[in-house]
Parts: sequence; C-alpha cells; structure tokens
Amino acid sequence: MVPVDYYIILSAFLFVIGVIGVIISRNLIIMFISIEIMLNAANLAIMAFSRHLKLMDGHVFVFLVMTVAAAEAAVGLAIIIAIFRGRESVDADALNLMKW
Amino acid sequence: MVLFAVAAIIALASAVMVITAKSPVGSVLYLIISILAQSVLYIQLSGLFVAAFLVLVYGGAILVLFLFVIMMLNIRYANLGDDTLSKIKPLGWVFGLVLLAEMVWVSMGVSSRMAEVGENFGNVPEVAHLLYGKFVYPFELTSILLLTAIVGAVVMARKGS
Repeated sequence: MVPVDYYIILSAFLFVIGVIGVIISRNLIIMFISIEIMLNAANLAIMAFSRHLKLMDGHVFVFLVMTVAAAEAAVGLAIIIAIFRGRESVDADALNLMKW
Repeated sequence: MVLFAVAAIIALASAVMVITAKSPVGSVLYLIISILAQSVLYIQLSGLFVAAFLVLVYGGAILVLFLFVIMMLNIRYANLGDDTLSKIKPLGWVFGLVLLAEMVWVSMGVSSRMAEVGENFGNVPEVAHLLYGKFVYPFELTSILLLTAIVGAVVMARKGS
C-alpha cells in the first residue's frame, strides 16, 4: 500500500507546476489551464486525506470543487472570448487598461 | 506501488508539458492525459465514483469546452509579441521551487502508512447518502452557483455588449 505522504507530495508537485505556469506564461488560456491544474492538485490532496481519515466527506468536497471549476471555466472562457473579440489577442500584457 | 509510480510520473510529466507546450490545443490535450492519470490515483484511493466523475465531467466536458473555445478563437502562435517576461521567468521558477520545497517539507511525515477502509468506501450509495443527507444544503447551493455562471457566461460572451 502506498503511504499517504506520497499522494500529498505528488499533489504539492502538481500545485507548484500550476503556480509556475501562471507566473511564466503570458497566454491567457495557458494561465487559465494552469489554474485548473492547481484545482486538481487540491482535489488529489483532499482525496488522500479523505482516505487517510477514513471519512468520505472529502469526496463531497471534491464534487463541490469540480462544480466551482466548471463554473469558473464557463465564465473565464466567456471573458477570454470577450477580450479576444475586442483586441484580437490573448496576450496578458495587452490588458493594460487599468495599469497604474 | 508500481501503478502509483507510473500514474504519478505520467501526471507530472503531462502537467509539465501543459505549461511548456507551444500551442494551446496541445496544452489542453496534455491536461486530459494528466486528468486520466489522476483518475487512476483516485481509484487507488478507493474513490471509484469520484474517479468516474473526474473522467466524465473534467476530461469529457470542461476540457472539451476549452478545446471548443480555442478552436473557435483560431489563435495563431504568433499572436504574442516580444517576450516581456524574460526578466521575471527565472524568478518565477525560483519562487515555484521554494514553494515546492516548503510544501514537501510540511507534508513529510503526515503518516507513513495508509489506513485500511471497508469495501463500501467510495461507492456510489455511500457518496449519495452524504450528498443528499449531511451535505444537502451545499449540494443544492451549487445549483445557484451554476445558474449564476450560466448567466455570467451568456452576458460576457454576448456580441455588442
């Protein structure tokens, strides 16, 4: 049986990959997908702890996180479409309207 | 253990490919591979229903929505101009690795072994009892969240707004 540590550490790795993806990319869609990676990493940690504590509440939390991810994807992609329609670009640097 | 290692390596490698792939379509396809590998891990954690849900809803619906939007937008690779992030990029890696070290350090020694669970752990009836019993109010509230998201998406994506 795999120790629960391994799952938590794997989830940490996945989360950090998502963080790095958000920091180093300028493509709005890649940044968005990186956020999805981070949500999935959190889900993996929740599942591991749920198994560790023998409590199935974590499975319900994973459902709720997936619902939030779906809602976020719908609204975020709509925003990206609106930005692309106005600027013909998905470059995060192009969005400097509110830049100080 | 072998299954865990293979699934973990596939999940990590395809997650790295997601953020390094040249085209957004490639990123989304790599993310689907990562999701499938993670569903193997969920099954190993005896979350059978959640694993099926992950493949169906995440791999099947959300990522297809991504693909759909990317293909609709017809984004060419050349859309991004000069690399204005070249100064920040190494810093991003440094911060990421420091964060990783911190998280690994914290999560070491949580527990060295996995608890034994019953046969019914993670089966559909058990999850359904929780969803419609203990967590019925949060579950119903997600419908409001989804409704809000639908209205928001329609308003944002409408032409001429």
